[in-house]
Amino acid sequence: MSAATALFRHRRGVIPGFGITLGITLLWLSLIVLTPLAALFFKAAELPPDRFFAVVTSRRALHAFELSFGLSLAAAATNLFFGSAVVWALVRYRFPGRRILDAIVDVPFALPTAVAGIALAALYAETGWIGQLLTPLGIHVAYTPLGIFVALVFIGLPFVVRTVQPVLEDLDKELEDAAASLGASRWNTARRVVFPSVVPALLTGFALAFARAVGEYGSVIFIAGNLPNVSEIAPLLIVIRLQEFRYADATAIAVVMLVASFLLLFLVNTLQRWSERRTGMQP
Amino acid sequence: MTILPITEFAILPELEASRIVPRTAPRRKADIRTDASWVRRVVISIAVIFLGIFIVLPLVCVFALAFSKGVETYFAALRDPDTLAAVRLTLLVAAISVASNVGFGVVAAWAITKFEFRGKNLLITLIDLPFSVSPVIAGLVFILLFGLQGYFGPWLVAHGYKIIFALPGIALATIFVTFPFVIRELVPLMQQQGTEEEEAALSLGASGRRTFFWVTLPNVRWALLYGVLLCNARAMGEFGAVSVVSGHVRGETNTMPLHIEALYDGYQVAAAFAVASLLALLALVTLVLKIVLEARLAQE
Amino acid sequence: MKSMITALVGTVLLAGVAQAADVTLLNVSYDPTRELYAHLSQAFTARFKSETGKTIEVKTSNGGSGAQARAVIDGLQADVVTLALASDIDAIADRGLIAADWQSRLPSNSAPYASTIVFLVRKGNPKGIRDWDDLAQPGLKVVTPNPKTSGGARWNYLAAWGYARKRYGSEDKAREFVKAIYANVPVLDTGARGSTMTFVERGVGDVLVAWENEAFLAINELGKDRFDIVVPSLSILAEPPVAVVDQVVDRKGTRAPAEAFLKFIYSPEGQAIAAKDHYRPRDPAVAEQYRADFAKVELLTIADFGGWRKAQATHFDDGGVFDSIYTQ
Repeated sequence: MSAATALFRHRRGVIPGFGITLGITLLWLSLIVLTPLAALFFKAAELPPDRFFAVVTSRRALHAFELSFGLSLAAAATNLFFGSAVVWALVRYRFPGRRILDAIVDVPFALPTAVAGIALAALYAETGWIGQLLTPLGIHVAYTPLGIFVALVFIGLPFVVRTVQPVLEDLDKELEDAAASLGASRWNTARRVVFPSVVPALLTGFALAFARAVGEYGSVIFIAGNLPNVSEIAPLLIVIRLQEFRYADATAIAVVMLVASFLLLFLVNTLQRWSERRTGMQP
Repeated sequence: MTILPITEFAILPELEASRIVPRTAPRRKADIRTDASWVRRVVISIAVIFLGIFIVLPLVCVFALAFSKGVETYFAALRDPDTLAAVRLTLLVAAISVASNVGFGVVAAWAITKFEFRGKNLLITLIDLPFSVSPVIAGLVFILLFGLQGYFGPWLVAHGYKIIFALPGIALATIFVTFPFVIRELVPLMQQQGTEEEEAALSLGASGRRTFFWVTLPNVRWALLYGVLLCNARAMGEFGAVSVVSGHVRGETNTMPLHIEALYDGYQVAAAFAVASLLALLALVTLVLKIVLEARLAQE
Repeated sequence: MKSMITALVGTVLLAGVAQAADVTLLNVSYDPTRELYAHLSQAFTARFKSETGKTIEVKTSNGGSGAQARAVIDGLQADVVTLALASDIDAIADRGLIAADWQSRLPSNSAPYASTIVFLVRKGNPKGIRDWDDLAQPGLKVVTPNPKTSGGARWNYLAAWGYARKRYGSEDKAREFVKAIYANVPVLDTGARGSTMTFVERGVGDVLVAWENEAFLAINELGKDRFDIVVPSLSILAEPPVAVVDQVVDRKGTRAPAEAFLKFIYSPEGQAIAAKDHYRPRDPAVAEQYRADFAKVELLTIADFGGWRKAQATHFDDGGVFDSIYTQ
């Protein structure tokens, strides 16, 4: 405890309990989070480096990474575009049902991923409500990468909206009025006054949606085809290696995903700092 | 990675300026700016169609398919012993996760917000780590620790302790996944509130414990409930992490999401959707409560 | 509405209390047996109650046979294992959880039912699949599970190998034949049921190589107008064995009920249930009664491959023939 207190040195004040609360915090954090994550890296380190690289750069693994990261990027970009429309409509317009629409945005946060997964799979299957309409057009969604894309759009949807919404709400009306009074068209005002202020929030939302989509499992595996090199996402490959009891291989793939996720986290953090500096408010 | 921030949030909250709070600013009336009416119509249409297709339709689909074989089949599926066992397990695991994370959350929030110390940033980053971990990896790490090929596995099996393929493993994986949820709601609010009230209470002679229970906690009760709500929703719906550590034993180690998968794979589609509809109802209730809590927080 | 909620909550809570059985067994089984053991467990519970007056609950876990064996080794507390092939139970026995002589403790090599391998094709057999040779033709898509995790997958593999060995005369030719088949496989699921779902639900593939019982089940569940069964000219007698897990039952004190459960499967009542679920019964009388339900096929046995220990080591262990054939 004293070592912890020394490490996390603090100005002794009036409030009691520093030592014990910090101690419990560190202990619990280590038990639940740090030790398990450390086990992952230790296990990966057991693999000889050439085997590690062989696993991680195998054709199947590379396809899985490509699919997971590529489709997540596409889904996040889609959410960026449509999410902007949603957030603009919610913040700037008044129309019947606006409150309901606002509440609906949060559904992907609250709905369990497995429920979303089977619902999407049923909806987009060839006999599903939407699948029926698309199949005659030659568009197959269920059990193809397109299906994975749809699932990833679903779960990333609220991120852009909820990140941008407060920024847009707090935007200074006077700036836009000033631009309008100087003769700027609505489009120019939007482009030059509004857009730069929300860009950091947009990017943050995009990065969050992206990060979320990369690790997603439950809502994807029901609608994905799970064909290796075609429609197999990286988390599924990890599960398959686990079921084959090839723990070391599973760990290698997991480490790559984890490092990528941490980098994304770092990116999001940087974006948010940038956003705060620019707008003086938190995104 | 599953993030459940509902409104404003920061992934790595900057301590002085962070605000992971639900929306407390009064909702402005939507500004009727001078967008052309055709622009309005187009944007609103896009928004409505997009949300309708991607969110409303799947939700409706869940309930439609749940009742596709009739009301009798629906209730029979819910009364099935394996389903009831799954519901009980889900409730139990969620209760354990929420209790654990509330306990951790208030203790850690106290340490973080009432004191100044170096390394605070690092601590918060570490606490946020589970957010960036794929659920499958969250399950994998516990297999690596407690499975027979893992580090502690042989010792555990030799002494007859079941962690993987049993409740403890499922609970641990769920606690991991929902780890930061409660504390992330508490920290910004407690930072905003500062330490004046606690210092005042202490100077008047209250003990630390009394101060905590009678001054600090009441100040954050709505944020705490908010965090509990989010944590619970996530805990009950967790699939990937639990799928990896569970033994998939019907009626014993299947939570509701796993049970849904088992039914779906066993050609019992209507039953799968019946159980899914329960979780969908839970999601809707969560959303309603969230709105209520946000209103309460805004009032304060 | 409120009373309905109260009723539901009450049922959930009370159900836990009311259902505390006197004895609980865990049956760790392979992938396609969900329905079979649901029926067997139900009948056994009734029989047990009438014979001993005690309530017994048999829970079942399903998954790929190899994966399930590893799970039991990893600590999954199975009272009985009912897996797809002897090799998987041998693996558990080798770890000391089951006595080494397990296979001689029950009749018919501890396999109370048998099955074989057939093909499931789309209705009308559009690709004209008649026999194993058709599976090796380029461009055809074959669905079969992963031999590393699934028991059915290994029976499939050996049936194909046995056919090619007989037809083309040598082990090398057999290896090439099997390699050609696996080149046509787009995805290897972990278990037989997973492959069935891929073929049936996801619409992947032209032909599913499956357990006979699984093929029948798919047709019965999803409509005879969607699939046809094609029986190849040569197949293999698949004998999925069962065993009591000695270490677990001795620790839990459930040896008697566990052994009773397995014996029940051999009883006329159990055999009839198996036959109705499309598993070939071993009891001669029951087999005769249900003879018309099962196709007559020329059958190899595992003895033609030198027994499971040899077959597993040669083909399916790490570095075996399968690893050199399928390099995904």
